Amino acid sequence: MYPPRFSLIVPSTLDEALEILSKYGENAKVLAGGHSLIPLMKLRLASPKYIVYIGKLQGLSYIREEAGRIHIGALTTHATIESSDLLAKRNPLLSETASRIGDLQVRNMGTIGGSLAHADPAADYPAAMMALNAEIVAKSIRGERVIKASDFFKGPFTTALRSDELLVEVRIPALNGFFGTAYEKLVFRAMDFAIVGVAAMLEIDKTGTIVKAGVGLTGVGSTAVRAKGVEEELIGKPASIDTIVKASARASENLNPPSDIRASSEYRRAMAVVMTRRALSRALEAAKARMKGQG
Amino acid sequence: MEALEKVRITVKVNGKIYTHDIDPRLLLVHYIRDYLGLTGTHVGCDTSNCGACTVILNGKAVKSCTLYAFMADGGEILTVEGLEKDGKLHPIQEAFWENHALQCGFCTPGMIMTLYDFLSRNPRPTEEEVRRAIEGNLCRCTGYQNIVKAALWAAERMRGGGGDE
Amino acid sequence: MSFIHRAREARHIGKPVKRKEDPRLVTGRGLYVDDIKLPGMLYAAFVRSPYAHAKIKGIDVSKAQKIPGVVGVFTGNDLRGKIGPIPTGWMLTGADLKVPEWPAVAYDRVRFAGEIVAVVVAQDPYVARDAVDAVEVDYEPLPAVVRSEDAIKPGAPQLHEGVPNNVAFRWRLRGGDDFDEVARKAGRVIRQRMINQRLIPSAMEPRGAVAEYNRYTGELTMWITTQNPHVHRLFLSGILGIPENKIRVIAPDVGGGFGSKIPVYPLEAIVGRMAIELGRPVKYVETRRENFMGTIHGRDHVEDVEVAVDGEGNVHGIRVKTLANMGAYLSTAAPGVPTILFGTMLSGPYKIRSVDVDVIGVFTNTTPVDAYRGAGRPEATYILERVMDLVARELKLDPAEVRRRNMIPEAPYTAVTGLVYDSGKYLEVFERALKIADYEGWRRRQEEARKEGRLIGIGISSYIEMCGIAPSRIARATGFGMGLWESAIVRIHPSGKVTVFTGTSPHGQGEDIAFAQIVAEELGISPEDVEVVHGDTASVQFGLGTYGSRTTPVGGGAIALAARRVREKARKIAAALLEAREEDVMVEGSKFYVKGVPEKFVTLQQVALAAYTADKLPPGVEPGLEATVFYDPENFTFPYGTHIAVVEVDRETGAVKILRYVAVDDAGVIVNPMLAEGQVIGGALQGIAQALYEEAVYDASGNLLTAGFNDYLIPTAKEAPKIESYFYETPSPHNPLGVKGIGETSTIASTPAVVNAVLDALAHLDIRHIDMPLLPNKIYSALREKGVV
Ligand SMILES: Cc1cc2nc3c(=O)[nH]c(=O)nc-3n(C[C@H](O)[C@H](O)[C@H](O)COP(=O)(O)OP(=O)(O)OC[C@H]3O[C@@H](n4cnc5c(N)ncnc54)[C@H](O)[C@@H]3O)c2cc1C
Ligand code: FES
Ligand code: FES
Repeated sequence: MYPPRFSLIVPSTLDEALEILSKYGENAKVLAGGHSLIPLMKLRLASPKYIVYIGKLQGLSYIREEAGRIHIGALTTHATIESSDLLAKRNPLLSETASRIGDLQVRNMGTIGGSLAHADPAADYPAAMMALNAEIVAKSIRGERVIKASDFFKGPFTTALRSDELLVEVRIPALNGFFGTAYEKLVFRAMDFAIVGVAAMLEIDKTGTIVKAGVGLTGVGSTAVRAKGVEEELIGKPASIDTIVKASARASENLNPPSDIRASSEYRRAMAVVMTRRALSRALEAAKARMKGQG
Repeated sequence: MEALEKVRITVKVNGKIYTHDIDPRLLLVHYIRDYLGLTGTHVGCDTSNCGACTVILNGKAVKSCTLYAFMADGGEILTVEGLEKDGKLHPIQEAFWENHALQCGFCTPGMIMTLYDFLSRNPRPTEEEVRRAIEGNLCRCTGYQNIVKAALWAAERMRGGGGDE
Repeated sequence: MSFIHRAREARHIGKPVKRKEDPRLVTGRGLYVDDIKLPGMLYAAFVRSPYAHAKIKGIDVSKAQKIPGVVGVFTGNDLRGKIGPIPTGWMLTGADLKVPEWPAVAYDRVRFAGEIVAVVVAQDPYVARDAVDAVEVDYEPLPAVVRSEDAIKPGAPQLHEGVPNNVAFRWRLRGGDDFDEVARKAGRVIRQRMINQRLIPSAMEPRGAVAEYNRYTGELTMWITTQNPHVHRLFLSGILGIPENKIRVIAPDVGGGFGSKIPVYPLEAIVGRMAIELGRPVKYVETRRENFMGTIHGRDHVEDVEVAVDGEGNVHGIRVKTLANMGAYLSTAAPGVPTILFGTMLSGPYKIRSVDVDVIGVFTNTTPVDAYRGAGRPEATYILERVMDLVARELKLDPAEVRRRNMIPEAPYTAVTGLVYDSGKYLEVFERALKIADYEGWRRRQEEARKEGRLIGIGISSYIEMCGIAPSRIARATGFGMGLWESAIVRIHPSGKVTVFTGTSPHGQGEDIAFAQIVAEELGISPEDVEVVHGDTASVQFGLGTYGSRTTPVGGGAIALAARRVREKARKIAAALLEAREEDVMVEGSKFYVKGVPEKFVTLQQVALAAYTADKLPPGVEPGLEATVFYDPENFTFPYGTHIAVVEVDRETGAVKILRYVAVDDAGVIVNPMLAEGQVIGGALQGIAQALYEEAVYDASGNLLTAGFNDYLIPTAKEAPKIESYFYETPSPHNPLGVKGIGETSTIASTPAVVNAVLDALAHLDIRHIDMPLLPNKIYSALREKGVV
């Protein structure tokens, strides 16, 4: 409950922040909303020498559409994402996912940049990142790079970010056509991290054929994963419950989830299938509703 | 850009402005309790789960045990002590009293502050929505039933209704 | 809140009057231990063992001492002569009880993870925490044992000298006929092993203490998170070697206890000693992790149960062999919990002729176990209510019908365990509960649901509780270290306003208003004119505190008797004022008048003033208007009732949803139904939490894996079902108010109601028993084993 001592650096511009990161490297820890880092420090499971507080940086909290993609600033809070009108229309998967994170207070402080950089293997956003083929933008004094979600998560609490890099933006598609999305999170108690979480996105065409599919799973391994087998099984198939049931069965392919005090590996594998089916069913309903509404 | 061992912060708490030089590692909850003497904000856990420390920062409910005090610099804070107006209880406070929504009272300030944020954004909540809103606030005494009742009662009061007595 | 049967109508008793403390608490003006700040105050922090079992080979405090702001660092050896060992207060008789030394600060060996090995005191809590990290302890880890079953096996690691096989005690109770005989006659024995898992009480306020010592007067003042300040004072006097009358213990606002704030722990003794040693006020408050490791746990029984039953489902006898995990040391009330408070309850509200109980208390390398809400009685009720369902299952009878056949129709009734149940309409309350919950309707809905593949289950729990703890002669006969009466002073001031001093120590239950209602009823005044004082040994006469659902029956009983005594004195004085004979003075409300002339009266206020002006007192009547009563009940009280839960199990995930929950309780006369209902609802959720969510989990080497609210699943508002609470009043005949107690009933009843409901939902799938907590993954495994998923 009493964090260890550290020295504080509060940059006021992005450039300053990048300067500092390049100077202090491994010794410095970025602090955004603090809702992963501070809990660790309170239990003294982390004791960085320097903390670089980026919460005062202007211009890192936004949600806007640019050229068919939605750009989200790293400091955008879960609460902002949850209640964004733009996302509600153009990518409700991310807002639904945000709405299922932690609790009301956590969502008021936690940021998407912090969540992704922290890379908790049971965090919620990573499932959506996988389902949506998101891109993550990292910046350093050396320049900017765009990392694919599938290349970003390297292991539990490890990402492709280098110690001098700041995560500045997340990019996800602005969805079009007859699409539907859903995030299904299995918890034994509200406010907990997911036992298994499944983010699903589907698009169907006028003929009732699935033309796009994205399915991401969290809580089932060292990082979130993309359920390629499920997606394969969906694309080009008729948009029916049968298709979904068949496809969902492949959700546990290649999974080797952890066993812990909460749930066994076997349970998680089984639930990956169940939650995938539930998420896809709901996504399909939404897609069909959209078709009805527009057709 | 120098690394600081002490920081100066200025915050407005319950309408009053305070300035202090503090350790960067000082948690906001300790700042509120020990520097300002506002002990209505409680500490119930060390894993950010219980919500007993909830205060309103810049209009939003936050767990003050999971913020460093310097993060609130320049901000505006409302604690449970700041809710009364002209010596009258805030409708949420009144609702808790009226509906027996507290027993030991330890979780109560946090519950009230979370509901303060929630009800300001959702003036007509359903019971289910209230339950979701307070999922980050643990209570070991009441079984939550009367807290939920109080929240709905307060919502009605705040909308200008009479409460359902 | 609804009454389905009322004993009587009254002016104040039975009314849902709002609480007095709430305006303070809802505005953040409560005063909990952590809110106390004294000039010059220092902050203590504890170095705790990361090992469950280890030798302490050495402690190097030099680095810690050098940290600026650190005022002192103390090891177990430094403090050995200065803080006595922590005693147990229940010297269980006839059980070969072994009470090993529990040092306040370990000096040679640690026996559970979280045990205190050194104390740091600093000017700032952050610095104190830094210093904890800087203390270097050289441990030699020893093999640890965590489960009671393992601890009694030959070759198991031994915790204490002179305690062979880690057996703390062996307690037995034989009630009624011989079990084997009864079983032979009955023709059938059903067996089941059940685990009553270890729980963590989790009061939202952790424990803590503030101490201030005045070396000129020799007085030690302590603010402690306690449910029984006088008991704390008495124990601390012994542990610290300070005369009892030089210690003042104050229980300020206490943020819940549930039993965990009854015991006297090393914490408060250390804080007291530090204040004396350092000559400055000292504060210590646990972090939640420390609370989970250093504050008592509850339950943790392994039960082997046998029931003798005949072909009609009549249960004739029960035999239980229990292993009770006591943790590493014997906490204050620990020996009595899995024995007296458990074994005597094993015939419940049923006509069982033979009760045969053996309990072995076992030391393990875990946090000490003591009384957690219900304490022993939930464990007994769990067994009995599971048994009723198992009998129904085996004989293909309806679970309601099995209970109906076995239930004692009404009390008074003498159980084979020796208890005399005071009053109650057991069968009627049971039938009313079935009706209210629409039991038959749910059975039909269950049938229909099953056809669709849905899993709905209905669970019943009919309990009886022994509470209002307790008659002193019984408490003493079992080895309890104190009588269990309760005290009260009712003082009417010259202005007619009243102050009540009670030896109970409410900490959230809200008895201030209930007590005011009692006094108002007895004296014909308004509850607003009654102030209640508790929780301070400097102002309150000796008292035993708040636990065991004793506050209203025993504490309130004392208050009622004191009020009556005051009223009698007032009547004498009124007679003098009215110049009438005492026997002609009538009392109505707060007025005294001469029989037949109601218009000629004096008020209580006038009488009060006269009692202090003292010039018109009748001969032999002393000035002043107050009475002190020490009330020792002649028997326990026995609330009882029936709770019914309806659940649906998600057959894919194993998740349980409670569809309906009905509680029908007879706690005798209900003083304040709003408060009583609050106890029922809150208590139900705690019991439900045991059924579905909570478990303290240790790994094999004795690390507590559930050391925070992130891993220990106390339910949130999302999990909490709506509890429908109904009261049926049959007054307890021996209690001055007819009350029985309501603080624990619901926790006792709800656990088996929900477990039975879940297993009922799975009954047709041939799933007989699953141990708690019934988390989705466990249910899933059971379904999988049966090939359902
Ligand atoms: C009680 C509780 C419950 C929670 N429940 C959930 C849940 O159910 N699901 C879930 O997904 N999460 C949950 N969380 C975690 C929460 O979502 C965090 O807010 C989030 O993971 C971190 O965001 P932050 O802004 O608070 O990051 P911080 O804590 O500030 O930082 C986290 C990490 O990311 C680094 N970092 C932060 N921002 C950047 C950046 N822009 N560039 C580079 N590195 C950066 C930091 O150095 C640090 O290592 C919970 C947290 C709490 C306290
Ligand atoms: S003290 Fe802040 S969440 Fe528990
Ligand atoms: S009232 Fe005691 S914890 Fe909520």
